[in-house]
Amino acid sequence: MQKKEYIRNFSIVAHIDHGKSTLADRLLELTDSVQKRDMEEQLLDNMDLERERGITIKAHAVRLDYKAKDGATYALNLIDTPGHVDFNYEVSRSLAACEGAVLIVDASQGIEAQTLANTYLALDHDLEIVPVINKIDLPAADPERVAKEVEDVIGIPCMDAPRVSAKTGENVEQVLEEIVKLVPAPENHDDAPLRALIFDSVYDSYRGVIVYVRVMDGAIHPGDTMRMMATGAEFTVVETGYMRATRMEPTEGLSSGEVGYITASIKTVSDARVGDTVTLASAPAAEPLPGYRKVNPMVFCGVYPADGADYENLREALEKLRLNDAALSFEPETSGALGFGFRCGFLGLLHLEIIQERLEREYDLDLVTTIPSVVYKIHLTDKSVVEIDNPCNYPDPATIDYAEEPIVEAHIFSPPEYVGQIMDLCQDRRGTYKEMTYLAEDRVDIKYLLPLNEIIYDFFDALKSRTRGYASFDYEIQGYARSQLVKLDVLLNGDAVDALSFIIHADKAYARARKIAEKLKEHIPRQMFEIPIQIAIGGKVIARETVKAMRKDVLAKCYGGDITRKKKLLEKQKEGKKRMRRFGTVEVPQEAFMAVLKLDE
Amino acid sequence: MNVPIGLYLHIPFCRSKCPYCDFYSMRGNAAQTDAYVAALCRKISESAEALQCKANTLYIGGGTPSALGAKRLKTLVDQAKADFLTDGAEITVECNPYGLSPDFFAVLAEAGVNRVSIGLQSAVDSERRALGRLSDADGVRAAVLSAQRAGIANISLDVMLGIPRQTAQTLAETLDFCLSLGVPHVSAYILKIEAGTPFEKRRDTLSIPDDDQTADLYLQLCETLEQNGILQYEISNFARPGYESRHNLKYWHCEEYLGLGPSAHSFLNGRRFYYPRDLRGFLAGKPPVPDGTGGDFTEYAMLALRLSEGLSEKNVQTRFGHGIPQAMRSRAAPLAAHGLLVSDESGIRLTRTGFLVSNAVLAELLDF
Repeated sequence: MQKKEYIRNFSIVAHIDHGKSTLADRLLELTDSVQKRDMEEQLLDNMDLERERGITIKAHAVRLDYKAKDGATYALNLIDTPGHVDFNYEVSRSLAACEGAVLIVDASQGIEAQTLANTYLALDHDLEIVPVINKIDLPAADPERVAKEVEDVIGIPCMDAPRVSAKTGENVEQVLEEIVKLVPAPENHDDAPLRALIFDSVYDSYRGVIVYVRVMDGAIHPGDTMRMMATGAEFTVVETGYMRATRMEPTEGLSSGEVGYITASIKTVSDARVGDTVTLASAPAAEPLPGYRKVNPMVFCGVYPADGADYENLREALEKLRLNDAALSFEPETSGALGFGFRCGFLGLLHLEIIQERLEREYDLDLVTTIPSVVYKIHLTDKSVVEIDNPCNYPDPATIDYAEEPIVEAHIFSPPEYVGQIMDLCQDRRGTYKEMTYLAEDRVDIKYLLPLNEIIYDFFDALKSRTRGYASFDYEIQGYARSQLVKLDVLLNGDAVDALSFIIHADKAYARARKIAEKLKEHIPRQMFEIPIQIAIGGKVIARETVKAMRKDVLAKCYGGDITRKKKLLEKQKEGKKRMRRFGTVEVPQEAFMAVLKLDE
Repeated sequence: MNVPIGLYLHIPFCRSKCPYCDFYSMRGNAAQTDAYVAALCRKISESAEALQCKANTLYIGGGTPSALGAKRLKTLVDQAKADFLTDGAEITVECNPYGLSPDFFAVLAEAGVNRVSIGLQSAVDSERRALGRLSDADGVRAAVLSAQRAGIANISLDVMLGIPRQTAQTLAETLDFCLSLGVPHVSAYILKIEAGTPFEKRRDTLSIPDDDQTADLYLQLCETLEQNGILQYEISNFARPGYESRHNLKYWHCEEYLGLGPSAHSFLNGRRFYYPRDLRGFLAGKPPVPDGTGGDFTEYAMLALRLSEGLSEKNVQTRFGHGIPQAMRSRAAPLAAHGLLVSDESGIRLTRTGFLVSNAVLAELLDF
């Protein structure tokens, strides 16, 4: 069994784009975990989407063997973490599995929002921080200034921090030495009852769910009956082992301090939830490890197949994705406008986009999604409270006492010259200013309370464009606050289109209604008769536009009796109609839905 | 003996190519046109032999058939009469007034041509130039008078709507021109910018009337002609009663026809086929390309609904043994409510506003 003193468990934390995945790749190369020729750029991010977007969506882990300068060979367990606010909980579980964290800071950009957020998260877990200054190959690199910034802002000595270029490989070996030197070895708790922290789980069609764990206490072996302490579910362990970069290496067992995987013919990842504690049914631990919570979706929207015939395919695709993503929720929903589909819950907007993109790309589905909504708490006059994540279920305003909406605490990091624009933006999004702190001469941290529904569509894009990309942003849910909400209905030719309804703050209703009416007018093609577009609150119309009737289409000469050509033209026209959504007599192209979603572009 | 069919001959030659045209045509020299006329004559004989039926209409279209010259056209007509045509057949030749010999129409009339269709497009010379027409309005007038003097009374003028810079005023001039000449037939088409034409490349600088203006021009044309006794009988065709194009009515009544020449289409024995847009291939005797079956109810309805008389309950009953399907009546109801068509016991027919959006109406009404 692996001696504890030669184990190092660590994560890498960084702001997006500061080079986490590239550094991880270099570490794999240096420890000969992968042959150079097998090296695919950014090996740890093995989902296509992750590679394209340069972000890590799910955590991954890998065990590296490193022969250090002291002559000993160390088992370095690198636990990768997702780099986006939507996945904060998963980050926190990954960090809980480690004793140390490598903090990467870009030598030209310095500290950014997620640098701090993740560092604080790491410090919360008592991790030893190993600072690394990356991208020293860039012309704009100023490692000394950035080192000082890290010392000033975070209070970590940075004098000896490796200055590296993960891209060229320069000084990367120093990072491994620092990990060995600074990150403490795990303590030996082999004699205690088994407690293993699940920090990730992945569905594999041959083995069932592969559970990634860090064993805190005790040991686990194939043949043991394991128990999930939160769900109570029990399984017989089939295999335990280490994750190597390109393969899985079975072991006789896993003991305290080790990071590895367990397979036990588990059918869905919701039976092996991130943050749960694995113990033994025969000798269970008294208490689970702290910190487990069931993640709740924060953002909801309707997802419909563009072609109704794809409903079953969509269901299968969602079920498959859920095997691997316990945070994704969905249930069947019927819309008068869009037919049969699903109400899906997501951690945040990025999560929503990822799922949507995977459905379209990996399952080849054409989708129509409705406007995302947060979960509102509506207090009724009869003193009951309903939670609404779908505008269609919004109660009759006469029965509402008051409404509450979720609020986040947001940190925006930016050079000081953009403070004005940022405050304008936050004000416009109904933000409440809390405080502003100078982190350094050229960097401020602006704290705002913002309603979640103001940031789920496009806040990040708006922030980036107003600050020429310099600002960064992070948030966490703070709670609920009272709010003046109204439900807006869109009527086409007098019929309400349920899929276009949404809930909005009363102060913004008029401006938004006008904009939606304009956008719809722009995107609904002229049809055989006039189409009134109305936006209404309750029975009251607050904005209207009209799509004029189409007056003419093509009257072409019938070409030498070429009837087929004419027929094909009409068939094509008919095909085009099928791609539209029909509301009563009105046909609405998919783009119109998208345009209403992306109102602020 | 079988029911007489229609015979179409395609002449793929023009003196010059109009910038909006995507029909199959090219400049031909004397040797090419002679060879082509000879090939068509052979085909006419062979087809008559093979089909064992007569044609009671002959339509020579193009391209610019008049570019062949009167002598070659006479050769074609003679051949068709000898092998194919019934007595009293309607014989139409499409003409452009540019470069016609003085005895052109006399020779044609002598050969038996009893209908000509002349490409006017516009009587306003600035509009004619924009369309690349080689003659002026006076040239068209001279041609019409010449045809009339030769004894051809059944003359059709092509008028185009939606021409660059066209207005109600200029269209009125064009219509006055037609009426003053006393022609009994007008065809009116809306300019369509076809892919690959010079017009397509310059479409943004052409100042083409927008859809609303074009629709108004169309209605103006319908009303003016109607007030003068030239009645609409098809989306794009207007005639004094009795002067409707019998050949074109065959297309719209879903009757049979044989088309010879590259890009000519045929519908015989329930099958459609066509010769590819390939002159050399045609001269080399390449066979036509099958284009599937034709004549089902959907196709029949699509064509019938182009006519003012529309889809007649009685005709449908006679041809198919059933009436207009209930499903089509149900789809027609909301369109009728919006004034785009009339659906009653005698059948379904489009109104003028319905004609203007006929593609949308048909796509809604028909079941493909």
